[in-house]
Amino acid sequence: MTRLTVNGRVRVFRGHPFTRLVDVLREGFGLTGTKEGCGEGECGACTVLVDGQPVMSCLVPVCQVEGRRVETIESLGGLERLDPLQKALLEEGGAQCGICTPGMVMTAHAWVRRGGSSRPAAIREALAGNLCRCTGYQHIVDAVARVVRERDRRRGDAKRPSRATSRTARRTGRHR
Amino acid sequence: MKKKRSGVLRPEGPDKLRGLARYVDDLPFPGGLHGATLRSTVPRGRIRAIRFDPDFPWDECVTATAADIPGQNCVALIEEDQPLLADGEVRHAMEPIVLVAHAERHRVYEALGHIHVEYEPLEPVLSMEDALEAKVPVRAPDNVIKRISIDKGDVDGALAGADVVVEGEYRVPHQEQAYIENQGMTARFEEDGTLLVEGSLQCPYYVQKALVRAFALPKEKVRVVQATTGGGFGGKEEYPSMVAGHAALLARKAGRPVKIVYDRTEDMVATTKRHPARVRHRTGLTREGKLVAQDIDVLMDGGAYATLSPVVLSRGALHATGPYECPNVRVRACMVATNTPPNGAFRGFGAPQTLFAAELHWERIAGALKKDALRLRRLNLVREGSETATGQVLHESVGARDVLEAVVRRGRYSEKKREYARWNRSRRHPSWRGIGVSVCHHGAGFTGSGEAFLASRVALALTRKGEIRVLTSSTEIGQGTIAAFTGLAARTLGVPEEWVTIERADTGLVPDSGPTVASRTCMIVGGLVERAAQRLRERILESTGRMPSTRAEMVREARRLCGREPALRVEEQYTHPPEIRWDEETYRGDAYPVYGYGATVVDLEVDRTTFEVRVRRLTTAVDVGRALSPRLVEGQVMGGVTQALGYALLENADYHDGVMQNPQLTNYLIPTALDTPPLDVMIVQRPYSRGPLGAKGVGELPMDIPAPAVAAAVHDATGLLLTELPILPERILEAFSSDPAHRQR
Repeated sequence: MTRLTVNGRVRVFRGHPFTRLVDVLREGFGLTGTKEGCGEGECGACTVLVDGQPVMSCLVPVCQVEGRRVETIESLGGLERLDPLQKALLEEGGAQCGICTPGMVMTAHAWVRRGGSSRPAAIREALAGNLCRCTGYQHIVDAVARVVRERDRRRGDAKRPSRATSRTARRTGRHR
Repeated sequence: MKKKRSGVLRPEGPDKLRGLARYVDDLPFPGGLHGATLRSTVPRGRIRAIRFDPDFPWDECVTATAADIPGQNCVALIEEDQPLLADGEVRHAMEPIVLVAHAERHRVYEALGHIHVEYEPLEPVLSMEDALEAKVPVRAPDNVIKRISIDKGDVDGALAGADVVVEGEYRVPHQEQAYIENQGMTARFEEDGTLLVEGSLQCPYYVQKALVRAFALPKEKVRVVQATTGGGFGGKEEYPSMVAGHAALLARKAGRPVKIVYDRTEDMVATTKRHPARVRHRTGLTREGKLVAQDIDVLMDGGAYATLSPVVLSRGALHATGPYECPNVRVRACMVATNTPPNGAFRGFGAPQTLFAAELHWERIAGALKKDALRLRRLNLVREGSETATGQVLHESVGARDVLEAVVRRGRYSEKKREYARWNRSRRHPSWRGIGVSVCHHGAGFTGSGEAFLASRVALALTRKGEIRVLTSSTEIGQGTIAAFTGLAARTLGVPEEWVTIERADTGLVPDSGPTVASRTCMIVGGLVERAAQRLRERILESTGRMPSTRAEMVREARRLCGREPALRVEEQYTHPPEIRWDEETYRGDAYPVYGYGATVVDLEVDRTTFEVRVRRLTTAVDVGRALSPRLVEGQVMGGVTQALGYALLENADYHDGVMQNPQLTNYLIPTALDTPPLDVMIVQRPYSRGPLGAKGVGELPMDIPAPAVAAAVHDATGLLLTELPILPERILEAFSSDPAHRQR
């Protein structure tokens, strides 16, 4: 029996302790928002947050998250409402076929929440564990940079973001 | 301030972003069984016996072999040579032989280990050169699946009279589509005997056609539904028919629903890839660099069965000259069969292979003539009024020169070329830098008379609730079909986008609009949506005098217009423009209704120690007629050029004994966010009079362009012309070691 917190709720899994976390979430708890793309920790589609850190749930036996806090895509936004990151991805064109999207959103969400920067090169590094075959990443990087800038503006941190903004604009050729 | 980009936001986007979209493996599946496939382990042989371990509890499982197929044992497509399950002989490794289903997923894989197939091995043919030699016959009569010839003018005479003749050979490997969602399908038989399959696919009517044949059922008894699909890129054009057939066969025997979802390794090792190719050019030019003759030989590896290979070869041959005008052209193209898993559709469909050769060949020509490759292109590029190799006169919407000039300017091609020449002279720099350019065309829509044969249909329905439903079999696979059709219908009707919904691709609900392939969805099917919307608008205006402006008004009018019917339905069918003529026998005429054009400047550096190539920046311009939604066009271009960067630099499908040795994302590398440079996309608008609002196709074009520009940039950086993809560090090392002139650098 494994006890863990999933999206703020304490859940109990009664199956084998070596069952992969991705299977526990999808089949055990019916949280099919988390996807499986490769089963070996390469594509990142199954990314969830464990105690706030992005983790590939296809590589984690459920016993390893005993007593820990797991967040999945289902924890973001609401039925009628998108989280700012989801909204930015929608508007920038950061989701196409959508299969990598939940994992990508969770990785990016952790980046934004733990104070990651809006520099495209840094964002690319943060997202390097999540493969996307549709977008070429540019629109995803743009969306994450935008949300980080919005976050910094809310915090009144004016110095760093303004410089990062202009660099983003130059590198992505957006001001045209 | 950032310019607000126009265009509809993806209507299906919010569900994808929230994880609510249901892909095949997410569908509720009560009481179903999991299916799996036992595959051949030899590239060619006779099946002597199939043995099931007597100790295994087979009563828990359902198994199926070729003997269980009620109809014809084939995956019906262009030819009927590919069996649904191998019977008596296998023609490639990883060919399906036995199917097993079990209520528990892990048990089904365990069961596969208890089935043993005995073979009498036969000598296989594993390379396209061996196949062409035909010493070992593996496909009657001469191992050739298809030959195509294109002839224009007098090539031999022109070559004899040319100031210079430049020859070159180019090679491209297999490429895996690597959609992030693996193939998967569910199947069940309903009480009335209808076979219902639902899964990850691009072309519901292709799957229906295959199932009708294999199960000897009438069309009405086979219903195919698309689940949300996690990428296709051509990889889900034909293979889903196979997976659906397998799931259905097990479901029929089990009397229960069956789901087959491949894991990554099975998907990569067994399903179709881009065709490897060898392309040879012999080009005659004047001293000034004007083309006088192109003599091109194309050889492609189709794998063990025909699948879509004849059409891939056709597109490859038709793009082999590049977008240039030349009075004398000869193309000889040949698709051979080998004992390897069949190759098939992949974005670009034969064109990336031949365009890589055509474009990189300019580097050789430039060297021979001591002229700049860019200037040579300018001298020969097509323009309005140019005549192609098939005798097609390009009447309108020819943006080849515009896209080239746009990227050369934005990518600062000439300045950087000079700057990098200086940079490379200094030994203190840790890298060599280089810049390369390429320009490509891509025929939009089916080749030749294809669209006339397809005779696609779409329907628009105004429901009693005042809702406008668009009914087509074009699928959303990430490219933005739903958003594009929503915008097109709303704009044409003059109603808000929220009033329009797109029906899901379900053969029980939508007419056959043809497959979702060939950059045809927007231009051809979108054109039909536009026409249907115009007719529906006329019907509404006839009755009301003006378009309703509020939803309440629309509902009132809709009720009146519908009368007793649930909906007012308008249908449109494709009619082939009479001035577009094509002769399939002679390969003369209008090969495509129109072409899209694109150009790329690649700016990269090669590490002097490790020979790793890092692309610093990629600038692309496309002429896709009018962009219905600039955001969607950008998305298509950025995704396509990134796949092409993978093709050029990373993706190395390693085949031994007819099997891919690296069928995992761990060792078959596709670009990550770090491998991908900042992407700059420009849209050049050259509207096409027959496209919806002036649009041409966009999906495949970006896949064609970057690879030759990467090779040209590596040439510029290192002085080495690498004519085989992918350009891996070890290939650069090899080229350096075998080229004494370069050891000094």
